[in-house]
Amino acid sequence: MPAFVLLTVLTAIRILSRNRLRAGLTMLGIVIGVGAVIAMVSIGEGAKAAVAKRVASMGTNVIMVLPGSMTTSGVRGGQGGAVTLTISDGMELKKRIPMLSEVGWGKRDTMQIINGNKNWSGLVNGISPSYLTIRDWSFSSGGAFTQQDVDTADRVALVGQTVVENLFDVGEEPVGAIIRIKNVPFRVIGVLSPKGQSSQGSDQDDIIFIPFSTAERKVFGTQFLGSVGALFASTERLEDLTPAAAQIRDVIRARHRLQPDQEDDFTIRTQVDIGKVQESTSETLTVMLFAIASVSLLVGGIGIMNILLVSVTERTREIGVRMAVGAKRRHIVMQFLIEAVTLSVVGGCLGILVGILGARVTTAIAGWPTIISAETVMAAFVFSIAVGLFFGLYPANKASRLNPIDALRYE
Amino acid sequence: MAALIRCEDLWKIYRLGDVEVQALRGLNLSIASGEFVAIMGSSGSGKSTLMNILGCLDQPTRGRYWLNDVDAAGLRADQLADIRNRQIGFVFQNFNLIPRTSALENAQLPLFYRGVSLREQRVLATEALCRVGLQGREGHYPTQLSGGQQQRVAIARALVTAPSLLLADEPTGNLDTESSREIMAILDQLNKEQGITIILVTHETDIAAYAEREIVMKDGRILTDRHTKSTVSLSGPEA
Ligand SMILES: Nc1ncnc2c1ncn2[C@@H]1O[C@H](COP(=O)(O)OP(=O)(O)OP(=O)(O)O)[C@@H](O)[C@H]1O
Ligand SMILES: [Mg+2]
Repeated sequence: MPAFVLLTVLTAIRILSRNRLRAGLTMLGIVIGVGAVIAMVSIGEGAKAAVAKRVASMGTNVIMVLPGSMTTSGVRGGQGGAVTLTISDGMELKKRIPMLSEVGWGKRDTMQIINGNKNWSGLVNGISPSYLTIRDWSFSSGGAFTQQDVDTADRVALVGQTVVENLFDVGEEPVGAIIRIKNVPFRVIGVLSPKGQSSQGSDQDDIIFIPFSTAERKVFGTQFLGSVGALFASTERLEDLTPAAAQIRDVIRARHRLQPDQEDDFTIRTQVDIGKVQESTSETLTVMLFAIASVSLLVGGIGIMNILLVSVTERTREIGVRMAVGAKRRHIVMQFLIEAVTLSVVGGCLGILVGILGARVTTAIAGWPTIISAETVMAAFVFSIAVGLFFGLYPANKASRLNPIDALRYE
Repeated sequence: MAALIRCEDLWKIYRLGDVEVQALRGLNLSIASGEFVAIMGSSGSGKSTLMNILGCLDQPTRGRYWLNDVDAAGLRADQLADIRNRQIGFVFQNFNLIPRTSALENAQLPLFYRGVSLREQRVLATEALCRVGLQGREGHYPTQLSGGQQQRVAIARALVTAPSLLLADEPTGNLDTESSREIMAILDQLNKEQGITIILVTHETDIAAYAEREIVMKDGRILTDRHTKSTVSLSGPEA
């Protein structure tokens, strides 16, 4: 049997290479189909990985509580209501929910920042020290401020990479420098490590952190002391995220004295929810990819089937001769199946090359991240074998059912 | 002595729409192992039809056919393929070589379907080509060979499995006198030296003269059946 398969493969290759143009055109459908799938999957996977990285950049097991209710369309209503989230809400959460390892808060606004003759309009975020822990911020130089700094409303600042790039000359050391935020001088005590884009696509490094108390009293000029832009909490374990979020809801509803029939006047988001939203978009992409793949492979497969049917007709006498010298049905089936699979596999391999090339070009031109995984390539390969088998089956079966004498007499 | 071939009341009826063609009409025949038989008869008398049935390429409409005491009518397609592969060699008027395939590979073909190792296929096919005088032509394609040489490749292909029965339907029909003589010499030698049973269809009396027994067909039946040489005197077919 192995000798038979080997020789049949060689024969198939010879027969196909005899008519290269025809074989090439037949394979084109598979080449394009597999190529498109490989390219698209690698773009999709690249995008997915980028999204996963962004979601991870939020921190570890993070829960966000934002003021205002959420409309059904998923857009958060304005912060217009009288009720806002406050530091005391945050402290209550910390006290009442042991599952929460950290609770923090922040409040942010875009401000004019000046260093020497340079100025930059950036996001200033007044935060509790725990915020940095929750969001997993680390430092490329200097360090964080402490609770002490918050208590005494010190004018100290932590700057993100984008801010550093825009406010400082190359080689200038930001730590120790004095910058002015809304004309208030601040001493830079730390430079944050870059985080890149957020899951919403904004630049997370365009940020200045200052103590919450300092922001409230010296920069933002808040009328309602203690109100926060958002509360942040984190849990030790991922499984605790959802139950903790439920407890947070109960605690805040109680504090806000909401009746059972009243809607939440705040919105809770966990890192898991955010990841899910992103996943569902990439799932849509996957479904589309699958549709494209199916259609192109179907077209490619039909092409193979068509050319095989032609081949069976052209070679009817040859089939008759083979049967006359002792070829059994399965030999004839194998011969044409192997021809079909050779076509589809060669097409598939070319398609894989085209797809990898396409992905490279996409990365080079559009700058999109692409990932070509071994699994994708393997799947494409296996799929092209399957296409060959599936669409070769009918012609092969048809050939094998010929009556030897009719096949021999065929004109 | 047991007959290699035994046919009883063989009928072959072709239906073309409303028209019914009776190619064989109750033919009886018995051929012993080692015989060299020539079948003659006018065009359309059913010679090829009979040969195709004897070669297990076709099935009779009615009647029985035993090959080596096996009833061919009761066999499935794959079993018939096995019989064609192991017991029968077929030589056609139009050679029926596989195009764009070397002489060696053509001669290997029956072994290929028998599942013999590649090395053994090569050895046996080379040997078979040698026996028909085609040494050195192994790599030639059919288009690079003369008609006589192509027919010799076909004989090598028929021989390569060492069959007990060789069927040749007008093997010299497309060949000139010289090539015909060469082909007949090969067949004669196979019959004499290896005892292969040969059944040959021909229109030419000088070709039929190589055989020991001459059957003339007419309208799907045997008209005459006689031994032309007294060398091997076996019991008569209709005895
Ligand atoms: N496939 C077929 N369909 C219909 N009729 C057929 C078929 N094959 C043969 N016949 C008919 O059967 C009869 C016998 O044909 P066959 O080929 O056996 O003749 P033959 O003796 O070999 O003739 P020739 O000497 O010309 O080769 C003829 O009348 C022919 O027309
Ligand atoms: Mg004939």
